[in-house]
Amino acid sequence: MDLSAISPTLLLASLMVAATPILLAALGELVVEKSGVLNLGVEGMMITGAICGFAIAVETGSPVFGFIAAAVGGAILSLIFGLLTQYLLSNQVATGLALTLFGLGLSSLLGQGYVGIRPPAVEKLDFGPLADIPFIGRVLFTHDLMVYLTLALCVGTWAVLKFTRAGLILRAVGENHDAAHALGYKVVKVRLLAIMFGGACAGLGGAYLSLIRVPQWTEGMTAGAGWIALAIVVFASWRPLRVLLGAYLFGGVTVLQLNLQAAGLAIPVEYLSMSPYLITIAVLVIMSAPRKGGKARASLAAPACLGRAFHASH
Amino acid sequence: MKRRTILAGAVAALALTTGAFADGHAKTKVGFIFVGPVGDGGWTYEHNQGRLAVEAEFGDKVETIFQESVPEGADAERVITQMALSGADLIFTTSFGYMDPTNAVAAKFPNVKFEHATGYKRADNVSTYSARFYEGRAVQGHIAGKMTKTNKVGYIASFPIPEVIRGINAAYIHAKKVNPDVEFSVVWAYTWFDPAKEADAATALIEQGADVILQHTDSTAPQAAAQKAGNVITFGQASDMSEYAPMPRVSSIIDNWAPYYIERVKAVMDGTWESTDTWDGIGPGMVGIGEISDAVPADVKAEALALKDSLADGSYHPFTGPLKKQDGSDWLAEGETADDGTLAGMNFYLEGITGDIPN
Repeated sequence: MDLSAISPTLLLASLMVAATPILLAALGELVVEKSGVLNLGVEGMMITGAICGFAIAVETGSPVFGFIAAAVGGAILSLIFGLLTQYLLSNQVATGLALTLFGLGLSSLLGQGYVGIRPPAVEKLDFGPLADIPFIGRVLFTHDLMVYLTLALCVGTWAVLKFTRAGLILRAVGENHDAAHALGYKVVKVRLLAIMFGGACAGLGGAYLSLIRVPQWTEGMTAGAGWIALAIVVFASWRPLRVLLGAYLFGGVTVLQLNLQAAGLAIPVEYLSMSPYLITIAVLVIMSAPRKGGKARASLAAPACLGRAFHASH
Repeated sequence: MKRRTILAGAVAALALTTGAFADGHAKTKVGFIFVGPVGDGGWTYEHNQGRLAVEAEFGDKVETIFQESVPEGADAERVITQMALSGADLIFTTSFGYMDPTNAVAAKFPNVKFEHATGYKRADNVSTYSARFYEGRAVQGHIAGKMTKTNKVGYIASFPIPEVIRGINAAYIHAKKVNPDVEFSVVWAYTWFDPAKEADAATALIEQGADVILQHTDSTAPQAAAQKAGNVITFGQASDMSEYAPMPRVSSIIDNWAPYYIERVKAVMDGTWESTDTWDGIGPGMVGIGEISDAVPADVKAEALALKDSLADGSYHPFTGPLKKQDGSDWLAEGETADDGTLAGMNFYLEGITGDIPN
């Protein structure tokens, strides 16, 4: 085994790329959950975004249109979830799971004619001399635009939730929808907007996979990324900047796993492959372990109305 | 109409159709089970080309059906059974993992002929066929050893089965022969076709200094990853993958199944089909070496072509002694060549390869 072959610089650089899809999806889901809705359909929305983005990028020759189409596709799919859960008051858990299954099927149907095709290339941004700074330059300034937009989105989400009136309304709806309703806020409208934002973000995450990271289309290519995104939201106790940390941690484990294998680590690959999921479980256990006061930690941060249906009586 | 009547009608219709198929119908029906999509640009693509060649050869006398992206395992048995029930006379199952399902279904349909690719279990109505891809790997290994500047060659392996291990060994000893400093890093992807995983594996290998990527997986994703990285060369796997030529793809192993498929379908039509074991290489044309691009220096190209010719006419065997196993024990003595039995079950690395074969 030769661990010195693993370069920390390149590891960090590819970690940022590997984390981008799950970061996008997790940010979207965070906003959804902050509004009090639990949408388990992230995986379905991601893969739908992946094929919508891929198909449009191939047809138009423009990755930008592809990403726009991915966001629209994800948002439309999430709207189905929104209508079912917000107007018809269906169970959110069951509807979300159904959305995942539906999305997987829909995407393989849409993707029939797109297997084995090369999408138009996405250029990396050119930072000129910045990219030549040792270590930092390679890690931070050698990526494509989406990586930076995602980081900006992360900071933006944090700022909006923390400092703006819109963020306050969103949180109010998520913490106590009856009180928010009594104050005159349109609970259902706020939640629908949040759900669509979540769908658009998941769609973008999927398109990042199919247009930049791989770049190719195959059935089921998200391979569980949506579930990891869901876990990251809990892991981050519903805070945007911790979502960033969580996404990098998970992205890092994925990349490190392959690098260790390439470096000839002697432990069986199966252990390495399951390590991200083991860490998810471990973190969830630690997060939800009761504190001295007796309250579970995770429940302290979860929006109080998470997963509860709202129905105005008049 | 009552529901029961409809059901009875459906059963009668079914009985009629199966009856029609049973009593010597005019068209020979040939089925194909594919592990990936026909558009994968690699393994399945070439099998599908073979299917199309059968159609072109026999025209109206033949009808072909196929099912793509069939998972290896329990699902495969259902799909093969379905195909046998639909009246296929001959079924090609085109991946190693279909071995047990193929034999299980074949036992239930003694009148249907089966052909299983790359396996080793045969029955009266099950033939096996494979190509000596390792001959092509020897040529790749030669070019890789000559071309690498970092002396690190990355190898994306699929499953730890003899076919894949043979490929790693053949490539390694021929790279080592021309470049004693060469090292191989093997990543086991545990998939035949998963572009995301293959791309990640290629990227990880490149980041660790590999400037040659060999793949035993079927998608073009590693080619795309190498192209992105720049100064890395790759080889087309199973299909020419010439859309990535001249760089990163400098050559390829091409599987040419068409002549075999045509021959076997003809045998079924003539009633001369028998269970056989076919294992052909560069010589008979089942394995082709894709055009060596200009990115390869002329002298290396000439050597590679000479190697190819000596493999084709049988004057050289890729596994010619003296060769030792990874643990240092003797395998082949000076001048001795490997027998097909050992090659078919090869489960060991040769001396010099680091790492273990996963179980």
